[in-house]
Amino acid sequence: MIDTKYKIKSKKNDIFPFINGIIMVLFVIVTLYPVLNTLAISLNDGTDALRGGIYLWPRKFTWKNYTTVLHKDNLITGAYITVARTLIGTLLSLAANAILAFIVSRKRFLFQREVSLFWVITMYVNGGMIPTFLLYKGLGLTNNFWVYVIPGMVSAFNMLVIRTYMNGIPDSLEESAQLDGAGYSTIFLKIYSPLCKPVYATVALFVAVGQWNSWFDAMLYNRMSSNLTTLQYELMKLLSSVTNQGTSAEAMKNAAGTVTPTSVRAAATIITMLPIICIYPFLQKYFVAGLTLGGVKE
Amino acid sequence: MSLTRTKSKQKVKQTRTPITWKEIKRQKVLLFWAGVMMIYGVIFYYLPLAGWTMAFQNYKPQLGILHSEFVGLQKFQMLFSDVTFLRVIRNTLAMGVINLVATFVTAIVFAILLNEIKSNGGKKTVQTISYLPHFLSWIIVTGILHDMLSGTGIVNEVLVNLHVLSQPINFFAHPGYFWPIVAFANVWKETGWNAIIYLAAITSIDPSLYEAAAIDGAGRWNKIKYVTLPGIKPTIVILLLMNVGNVLNAGFEIQYLLGNGLIQKFSQTIDIYVLKWGISQGDYAIGTAAGIFKSLVSIILIVLANQFAKHNGEEQLF
Repeated sequence: MIDTKYKIKSKKNDIFPFINGIIMVLFVIVTLYPVLNTLAISLNDGTDALRGGIYLWPRKFTWKNYTTVLHKDNLITGAYITVARTLIGTLLSLAANAILAFIVSRKRFLFQREVSLFWVITMYVNGGMIPTFLLYKGLGLTNNFWVYVIPGMVSAFNMLVIRTYMNGIPDSLEESAQLDGAGYSTIFLKIYSPLCKPVYATVALFVAVGQWNSWFDAMLYNRMSSNLTTLQYELMKLLSSVTNQGTSAEAMKNAAGTVTPTSVRAAATIITMLPIICIYPFLQKYFVAGLTLGGVKE
Repeated sequence: MSLTRTKSKQKVKQTRTPITWKEIKRQKVLLFWAGVMMIYGVIFYYLPLAGWTMAFQNYKPQLGILHSEFVGLQKFQMLFSDVTFLRVIRNTLAMGVINLVATFVTAIVFAILLNEIKSNGGKKTVQTISYLPHFLSWIIVTGILHDMLSGTGIVNEVLVNLHVLSQPINFFAHPGYFWPIVAFANVWKETGWNAIIYLAAITSIDPSLYEAAAIDGAGRWNKIKYVTLPGIKPTIVILLLMNVGNVLNAGFEIQYLLGNGLIQKFSQTIDIYVLKWGISQGDYAIGTAAGIFKSLVSIILIVLANQFAKHNGEEQLF
């Protein structure tokens, strides 16, 4: 007791900010080091990297790992498919969730309660992996690009995020537009959607990141179609080739230097994470707002 | 999150519009799209539930759900007499609970510490960096983990240099390290992201409460204990409730990507079991039964947690 009282009074010798600063610096190091280390390895000669001792800077600089990646056909295909699924998937998902959110946030909508409940249930109950797999197979969605886009298109969670935002828009806007003769389509497209840009950005980011990072659907449904592979799935195959071969991995000799599975994977990892790293800092205010929407009680 | 608030609001002031032809005509656009979405929802979310019947059948793909032989709970009996399945339940539950506790505690502590940083620029920089790992896929994270924990990786090097270890160890060959590695990976990936909501909650605490506490002679620790923590308690409870039901969902990607033959007794989870038996071996009935078990436990956990919160006068999900 005496001890704590003493601490409170001795404000001048407060070392807490100092310790807290150190904790934050450590946190930043632990967060960033693995990424920077991967970057250094990706820019280093492959066989040389196997010796270890590379930290934040390449020892034997080379672009060879990147040129190797860019000459791998399966990675190029994966990149095209990943970009396509991210663009198409995000657009469709955003449109579907926004329309649904608009419908269930209309106070006069006849089946507001029923439709909301119908979707909320889907957040808690699902058929599981096997029935879902058989269904997609039955629908012809296996070995098909659309399995990346269609199944997850409407997500109750994202829909509810948009709905919460729309609930905050005054009803008077809708009413006055209706007096001017506007239908629901016009109200949705011309009045609500422009106002909902922040929450649309949030949901679009959530969906896009999910699309960009997903690999399990490629493995489960499109394993047989190499032309439908995704970047992350190819990266996963690179990872398992590295772990299986270990350090005895056979280095591929080249005039310009050597590459190993480890160094090639490092390059592929950097290429895969680059777009996201470049984009997310600019969308910060949107996802922070979107996440806290409704979660914090005033 | 959003769910809870709007629902309680609706209960107070919802008056239903009576169903009349005039109203139906007026809302035809809304009804049309709601119907289209409903058809989609039935196909992609509700139809798979019909597949649950497979778990009660001696399911043969050529006979289909309609003509396969009904066997009652026989598949479930088989499942629970399988030592592997029991072990898989243990692993899933253990990792789910460890991850839940670890990610909750670190996110709250991080949010409180970050809030104590006085420099705005420093705060913003740390925060921006803290989000980064959330955006990386598990493929990338497990790849990075492999590099960091390998024989020549930084972790072994630091531990050897500090004389904690006499020689590098292979972290992925010892079953005992697997759960902590998974927990650490989850903490590394999600601390910054999960802290967002707590930081927002801390910001919304009335500043006059801190002033009052300061007048009463409260130091930094007492302010955190008596003002900050009670202030973010509703948020903590809601998030806990939402995540308790996901405890059994917490285990697939990282375990699948990091597991190997040496440690599979500790790394395999229910989802991996389903994938292995259901998809790879083609035993749809067993795979479905395991999936049903998982769904039921999740729902029971959510309802129990909600009841618990209700009895203790806390926030509820429904």
